[in-house]
Amino acid sequence: MAAVHGDVHGHGHGDHHPTGIMRWVMTTNHKDIGTMYLWFALSMFFVGGTLAMGIRAELYQPGIQILEPELFNQFTTLHGLIMVFGAVMPAFVGFANWQVPMMIGAPDMAFARMNNWSFWLLPVAASFLIISFFVPGGAAAGGWTFYPPLSVQGGLGVDLMIFAVHILGASSIMGAINIITTILNMRAPGMTLMKMPMFVWTWLITAYLLVLVMPVLAGTVTMLLTDRHFGTSFFNAAGGGDPVLFQHIFWFFGHPEVYIMILPAFGIVSEIIPTFARKRLFGYSSMVYATASIALLSCFVWAHHMFTVGMPVVGQLFFMYMTMLIAVPTGVKVFNWTATMWQGSMTFETPMLFSIGFIFLFVIGGFSGVICAIVPIDIQVQETYYVIAHFHYVLVSGSLFALFAGAYYWIPKWTGRMYNETLGKWHFWLSMFFFNLTFFVQHFLGLAGMPRRIPDYALQFADFNMVSSIGAFGFGLTQILFVYIMVSCVRSGEPAPEKPWEGATTLEWTHLPTPAPYHSFETPPVIK
Amino acid sequence: MSSKLVASLAGIFGLALYSSMAIGSKYNLPEPQNFIAQDVYDQHIVLMWICLVIFIGVFGVMFYSVLKHRKSQGYKAANFHHSTSVEIVWTVIPVIILVLMAWPATKTVIAMKDTSEPDMTIKVTGYQWMWGYDYLQGDGEGISFYSKLSTPVAQIENKEPKGENYLLEVDNNLVVPVGKKVRLIITANDVIHAWWVPALAVKQDAIPGFIRDSWFEVDNPGIYRGQCAELCGKDHGYMPIVVEALEAEQYAEWVAEQQEKLAAEETSEKQKLGLVDGSIVTNEKS
Ligand code: HEM
Ligand SMILES: [Cu+2]
Ligand SMILES: [Cu+2]
Repeated sequence: MAAVHGDVHGHGHGDHHPTGIMRWVMTTNHKDIGTMYLWFALSMFFVGGTLAMGIRAELYQPGIQILEPELFNQFTTLHGLIMVFGAVMPAFVGFANWQVPMMIGAPDMAFARMNNWSFWLLPVAASFLIISFFVPGGAAAGGWTFYPPLSVQGGLGVDLMIFAVHILGASSIMGAINIITTILNMRAPGMTLMKMPMFVWTWLITAYLLVLVMPVLAGTVTMLLTDRHFGTSFFNAAGGGDPVLFQHIFWFFGHPEVYIMILPAFGIVSEIIPTFARKRLFGYSSMVYATASIALLSCFVWAHHMFTVGMPVVGQLFFMYMTMLIAVPTGVKVFNWTATMWQGSMTFETPMLFSIGFIFLFVIGGFSGVICAIVPIDIQVQETYYVIAHFHYVLVSGSLFALFAGAYYWIPKWTGRMYNETLGKWHFWLSMFFFNLTFFVQHFLGLAGMPRRIPDYALQFADFNMVSSIGAFGFGLTQILFVYIMVSCVRSGEPAPEKPWEGATTLEWTHLPTPAPYHSFETPPVIK
Repeated sequence: MSSKLVASLAGIFGLALYSSMAIGSKYNLPEPQNFIAQDVYDQHIVLMWICLVIFIGVFGVMFYSVLKHRKSQGYKAANFHHSTSVEIVWTVIPVIILVLMAWPATKTVIAMKDTSEPDMTIKVTGYQWMWGYDYLQGDGEGISFYSKLSTPVAQIENKEPKGENYLLEVDNNLVVPVGKKVRLIITANDVIHAWWVPALAVKQDAIPGFIRDSWFEVDNPGIYRGQCAELCGKDHGYMPIVVEALEAEQYAEWVAEQQEKLAAEETSEKQKLGLVDGSIVTNEKS
């Protein structure tokens, strides 16, 4: 319909963008930057994944085999940091870069040059994290939550980590400001807020959360830095400080952070389910309200990560009730997705499979979340493999599955080529199988009393650990298939039809050719 | 008569089933050893059932739809996308379920926090990487010792076969009497640790520079094992906790033994320092 756009690709107003590597270094184009974010996130996913393979290899059997305890702790710490800040968050920003302008009918992001800068900060921070393995004393080993006083004990690796977190934080804040400004100011005429696609809504809310909590994280790592080097005692009781203060500040960032990693995933799934059910999203406005209330509530639940620090009864009860409340809007989302599928006319291409897999497993993670919210039970499972199982159900089969779903869904639009559907389905089913093999048994380990963050364990935990490790190796290998599918799609995939998904209704499918031209919506579409 | 028999048989059967789930299960919390742990155990079971029912409900509907509402079966999409009444229902029902869950939990939280009127008080100190115990008040007052992992390094390095209690054994157990309310005063010397014994449902962070308290009671004599539950550095995985619960008499014997040892140590210490000459033992403290 709009194939003419494709022909103007040479675009008349003669902007000579550089070619080769300089194209990528200098680019201010949201599509180029989105692509870089996504490849960066994918490579970090493999770096973090390699660390995970090391962890699971050590835990394959009781006893110390390949990682000495100190190195083991460095692996778990960097695995967490790299996956959260290097893989999942940048991947969602990559999706925002590609999709937000196209979905609201804008030509680009609002601050194109800042966009370039916020991307190029990431490789710098990532190299600090990776280099830190090779400095004297090794990388940070105090967990991704780096609680003092333990994190005050570490060496140069901890400073590199603090520096990296600062840079990553700055990048996220810039990304978030960019997204907010783009969404609020650059929507096509006629696209009111309540007509925006769900993905755009979830990102708008996520961006506000980012602007709210990333500075808090920056503050707390700075306090840690000055405690380490400049004689302050924010977190040192001997100097009048309090180690628990750190935990309050960290989790004031940390809990909203977990929603930063899941709300855009909700958005992606809310685009995909209606497309493949060929039916409008059920309860659009309640989806918006649910997202907003999750974001709001998420700022009042932080101390559920601290039920064993010894808070007063009232504190424990307050945070228990608030946390339980979050299950309500989360439930609304799940019910809405189900109702969207109900009496649809469904097909099950890879994006849909990953979305259904997402709902199925995310709900299990939500249930274990509610169980963790019950203080007496959480006191039993806190800092055990139960919590590890909980957050991998929401982060791997949650955020990551949604990212996979989104990648399969939009790659025809991005590249003009189709991925291999058969291999995509294999990728889904293998991921599904190995994911559950890895993480389901960890619930049992946690209940039976296996603490997290230990390199070696009692014999009663041996069977399930072996199962879990085998599952992890399988999951890791399966992800190589994903890279193969994506690379071969980009290089030599079948040309994609103009509209590969007949049920798609958002602007990038209805108003732009496939592949999307380098500059899209230079004149905004009009939305009725 | 016979209905009573049936009822009690059913009761016994139910109880047996229930406790067989508890004892030695690899799939669940360890067998509870006091009423708090029992509460936790029961609430967890109830929650699991609630989750299971909701799960089957939601995914029953979803998978029915996945099977029936397919394009390949020629199913045509309906056109509804909104229903205020349905949306209210599925907001309110979860709230009610959550309130029902929160009620018993609240009572347990309050009970867990009630450290008043203990029979004895023990101070627990976390060190990198062992535990220190000081009996502050009650039977055994004055006893004080460290408790360290006793698993040989050779087992950890896979040079010797691993023993039954690999990584869960210590040189000095924390010995307590059964049926007594033991209050713990918990702190740490260096970094944060956490004192945790699953079967007793106690887990409390040990925070350097601060004192927290917690309590437990053990119903039956026996040995209960736990581990440090807060990452505390290199040997975090190697600082287990072993609680040995004894009947009152044996506990009294143990206390007497310890106090004798303590006195002997004190004497030899003083001799070394030249505070004691010959056989006359002074009572002053140095
Ligand atoms: C129904 C919704 C949820 C509830 C009620 C919930 C509740 C909880 C609670 C109480 C904890 C603390 C457990 C403990 O440390 O003892 C926890 C941990 C965690 N949750 Fe959730 N959660 C929910 C959803 C999510 C989502 C959507 C994510 C991320 C995508 C997430 C990520 C995490 C992470 C990363 C941790 C562990 C952090 C750490 O200690 O390293 N949760 N959750
Ligand atoms: Cu949280
Ligand atoms: Cu520890």
